[in-house]
Amino acid sequence: MCWALGFSLGYLLCFDICQRRICGSVHQRVRLVSMASASGSDFSSEMEVDAFRRLFPLHFHERHLLESIRPDGRPLRKARDTTVALGAVTSANGSALAKIGCTTMLAAIKLEVMTPAVESPDEGCIAIDFHMPPICSPIVRPGRPAEVAPVVAKQLSDTILSSGMVGLKELSLVSGKAAWMAYLDIYCLDADGSLFDAALLSAVAALSHLQIPIVSLNEEGRVVLCSEDSEGEKFAKVPVNKEKRKLTLNTIPFSLTCVLHKNYILADPTAEEESIMDTLLTVVLDSSSQLVSLYKPGGPALAHTSVIQDCVALTRQRRKEVQKVLDEAISDMEVD
Amino acid sequence: MEIDRADGRTANQLRPLACSRGILNRAHGSASWSQGETRVLAAVYGPKAGTKKNENPEKACIEVIWKPKTGQIGKLEKEFETILKRTLQSICLLHVHPNTTTSIIIQVVNDDGALLSCATNAACAALVDAGIPLKHLAVAICCSLEKSGNVLLDPNKLEEQTMKAFVDLVFPNSIQSVIPKGSSEVGGESIEDGIITSVTHGVISVEDYLLCIERGQAASEKLSDFLRRSLQSQAPN
Repeated sequence: MCWALGFSLGYLLCFDICQRRICGSVHQRVRLVSMASASGSDFSSEMEVDAFRRLFPLHFHERHLLESIRPDGRPLRKARDTTVALGAVTSANGSALAKIGCTTMLAAIKLEVMTPAVESPDEGCIAIDFHMPPICSPIVRPGRPAEVAPVVAKQLSDTILSSGMVGLKELSLVSGKAAWMAYLDIYCLDADGSLFDAALLSAVAALSHLQIPIVSLNEEGRVVLCSEDSEGEKFAKVPVNKEKRKLTLNTIPFSLTCVLHKNYILADPTAEEESIMDTLLTVVLDSSSQLVSLYKPGGPALAHTSVIQDCVALTRQRRKEVQKVLDEAISDMEVD
Repeated sequence: MEIDRADGRTANQLRPLACSRGILNRAHGSASWSQGETRVLAAVYGPKAGTKKNENPEKACIEVIWKPKTGQIGKLEKEFETILKRTLQSICLLHVHPNTTTSIIIQVVNDDGALLSCATNAACAALVDAGIPLKHLAVAICCSLEKSGNVLLDPNKLEEQTMKAFVDLVFPNSIQSVIPKGSSEVGGESIEDGIITSVTHGVISVEDYLLCIERGQAASEKLSDFLRRSLQSQAPN
């Protein structure tokens, strides 16, 4: 792909500066870009697309935005293809693998019996953690945790707990004595933008896949797991939670991250888009279209009321799509 | 619309503000900002040579270090660091000192609600004190929403715990400049209408959120007047 463009005087001028640019001065480069755009000409006519993309990433993307298309062929406000697979980890009580484009998240839930806290004797607990191993992105170095990982983890636990999706009382087994402690761990396998969206989707899918094991009280009053094969011999023991095998999810939060750049709104950005146009806005809506979170940490573009309303509308639309994907995954699971 | 708040304020009333600059000797810039009982100390060191790993060396790098009142930093503090870093990045002129790092250290002296807003205001005053080139100032305000749907500004710790939701907002300071009014508008909306940062806790309806923005905006004008006055009064002649 190469943009045909006339050979203008402006181009020659720019070319001269380009030669000097090798010296590596930032100011020259800034001037270069501004001149390139001012003269209405740039190197895109002569340069290979890949080189242009690397040297002038912002300019490259803005050329696409002018044509209302993105480098990966999507319209501006369209999210990438999304898939959900439930039960990806067989050793966990509930698990899911979610993919949004290339961004891949693996979520797994492990249940443990714990003694509930004194102040909330009939409530269980959910501990949410988000991991970014070095495999997911070149910016994560082994040994030191990624900067964004604890932030995404905090956002996830805020969203899941404050949305009231899971009633913590449902995780109770014996009031004041025993309750479930759910460890929800989300691993990022491939970080290609919109990390929070994919992580939330995988977490929600894992929670809807969660199978609570049957437990019973033994003679000493302790909670023990009833394993499937030994069910015959331990028949005398009454299971504590015979009927509560699935969590009821009161509401399901879905999110959409948008990049704001000038007057454009780009839904579901890739890692490249996130790094070049760094104003992100994440909207989380629950099933009744209530706002669970509107997260915009800084960025050069300001969010005006109209932009916020546009983003909320986009999230509403996206919620329907994602809900459909999730419902399909759940029904596929039930068929098997 | 009279609401009885525990400390006798009206819904739109902020707690008493105080700001002092240049209180630390070794720091390149420092400020203390308090809103009622919440008090935050901010120190700025830099610009220092070189950027950290994974940062763009063609721009100035901003680093925020959050020190809680007691104990180790956890996920909450990490989140605050990231939010504050990205907020300050958006108001600094990053191209002026490329390949440098500016560190902002936030020391929480006392937390009585609206901590993130207080820290943002303190950091902004400290950046001015250090003479870091800025596009404009930023003012932060915390709005909280009662269960009945009333918006209370600048909640204290007790109010924060009983509220349905609260929203931390950062607005750009209203600009007084020689540029004729209207030229800075983007698509019919002036800069002051935009939001730099928004962080919400708790479930609210979209209408309530927009109401919070409206209220926050009105209060941010007062805050930015206060910030401007206190920066001018302490400016060296």
